[in-house]
Amino acid sequence: MSESMVQVRSVTKVYERGKQKIEVLHGLTLDIPKGDFVALMGPSGSGKTTLLNLIGGLDKPTSGEIVVGGSRIDQLSSGQLAHWRAHNVGFVFQFYNLMPVLSAEGNVELPLLLTRLSAAQRRKNVAVALQVVGLADRAKHKPRELSGGQEQRVAIARALVSDPQLLVCDEPTGDLDRKTAEEILGLLQVLNREHGKTIVIVTHDPKAAEFARRTLHLEKGQLLEQAA
Amino acid sequence: MTRSGFVIANLFRRRTRTILTLLSVIMAFLLFGLLQSVNHIFNAGADFVGATRLMVQARVSFTSPLPVSMVPKLEAVPGVARVAYSQWFGGVWQENTPLFVFAIDPLRYRDVYPEYLMPDAQWQEFAHTRTAMIAGRQLANQYGWKIGQKIPISSNIYPQKNGSKAWAFDLVGIFDGKDEDWKKRTNVAFINHDYFDEANQFGKGRTNFFILELTDGNRAEAVSRTVDAMFENSPDETKTQTEKDFNLGFVKQVGDIGLIVRWILFAVFFTLLLVVGNTMAQSVRERVPELAVLKTLGFTDGSVLGFVLAEAVALCLFGGLLGLLLATTLGAMVEKGTGGQFALRLDVSVWLIGIAAIVLMSIAVGLLPALRARRLRIVDALAGR
Repeated sequence: MSESMVQVRSVTKVYERGKQKIEVLHGLTLDIPKGDFVALMGPSGSGKTTLLNLIGGLDKPTSGEIVVGGSRIDQLSSGQLAHWRAHNVGFVFQFYNLMPVLSAEGNVELPLLLTRLSAAQRRKNVAVALQVVGLADRAKHKPRELSGGQEQRVAIARALVSDPQLLVCDEPTGDLDRKTAEEILGLLQVLNREHGKTIVIVTHDPKAAEFARRTLHLEKGQLLEQAA
Repeated sequence: MTRSGFVIANLFRRRTRTILTLLSVIMAFLLFGLLQSVNHIFNAGADFVGATRLMVQARVSFTSPLPVSMVPKLEAVPGVARVAYSQWFGGVWQENTPLFVFAIDPLRYRDVYPEYLMPDAQWQEFAHTRTAMIAGRQLANQYGWKIGQKIPISSNIYPQKNGSKAWAFDLVGIFDGKDEDWKKRTNVAFINHDYFDEANQFGKGRTNFFILELTDGNRAEAVSRTVDAMFENSPDETKTQTEKDFNLGFVKQVGDIGLIVRWILFAVFFTLLLVVGNTMAQSVRERVPELAVLKTLGFTDGSVLGFVLAEAVALCLFGGLLGLLLATTLGAMVEKGTGGQFALRLDVSVWLIGIAAIVLMSIAVGLLPALRARRLRIVDALAGR
């Protein structure tokens, strides 16, 4: 687990809200080895989601370097970043963010529309992904016909289907009851241990963080040990 | 699933709203198709008329008749080969069916309008039977008239000398048109001007129009000037114009149909633009997070713009083509129902203009929401900012 999947070097992130500039991350440095399962914890406004967005290539740092899977993603253009995301990272959100007009399998197939796979191959990959998350029998159901836990499983299948090495999850259990949350976290654990996925989750819940291999605490835009 | 399947699925995410919007697009293009063909009908008469004929009417208005005694003077004008004349009779068939009936000099009219085809024997009988009438094929077929039949027609304008407005004519001939365009103009009937002139109570020896057959179409302008100059400052000043201009002018008595149609369509399409534009804007506004998720998954800004624009194109294309198809079907039904008299037909040019309108409208209603979707920043959209 020594090879690095994520390298964050002296990253700062400044948001402009009108005339006001808010520095959310202050020269943050972080390494996440391949195959790691990291929980990012910290109070609201500490910069957890901002850091996650930067690692996932959803946003760019104001300064500093971010290398993910060997690519300097902070230097990519918007189009290049989109292409990079399609092939290298899967996202899981707190509120699932599924397309309500598509069935479970339609949602999972969506990222595969960006590949050159045939329709038959896409269907096969979708079936495998749904099987991994234990929802093969709900493939034809629309999101409104699924429970919260099932929706989140579909979202995880969607994140997995293009076989990225990195999964970033923003409060993946924040909208779920304890039992369902534990099932989802167990599933992430399986993906980490058995499928070798590197996982970074943001959570407020210490019990959720226990499922990770290690927990990093952020406060005021810095990792706690760095702050110390 | 395909990209187009995804576009269609998104289009029908709010089924009622999309169906209502679709209906408004269908109605607009149905109206567009029908009004364009009405406009075409009103202007079509001018397209195929002879280039060697001039129409002479009173300068004031064609409703003010000119004396038939002008014929020899007109015939003497250099470049004029033959002169015919025509007087509006009108007439009502049975209860209340208006007819196009004109009183003419039969043989002169035959010479000037060779486009109307009828056996010479029937022309001769028409010329030599005072109460004779000839009818166009369309008209005869429509009312089942047969040669030899007595045709009772009442006139709202011209009473007979005994005060009766009931006239009766002997149908002695049925004429046809030489080609498709002229066949469409066989919904008229002609009666003998001599008989009409003698039997009617007023307006003796006068007619609404003279039709001049020219020896050479290139001399039309010179002949027009000569004729109008000849009667200048007389009690019967004339206005001479080509048959095409005359037909267009006649249509404009009703109003500038083209302008009316354009204004109606402008109002319809402007309203449609607001309706469909609002639908598209609402549709994008209510799924900002979904569009952000698409970008998260790796769809580029351009792809997301394409998805939204494709929805607008699909909506306008489906509704527009269906509207034009309905207009074509309805037009064919109207044409059939009126025995071909009202040829409400959508020709290729109407379809082409319609398709161009569909493309323009798709861009007009889709571009702004699509650009908004393109500009979305993922982190802001996901955070609900």
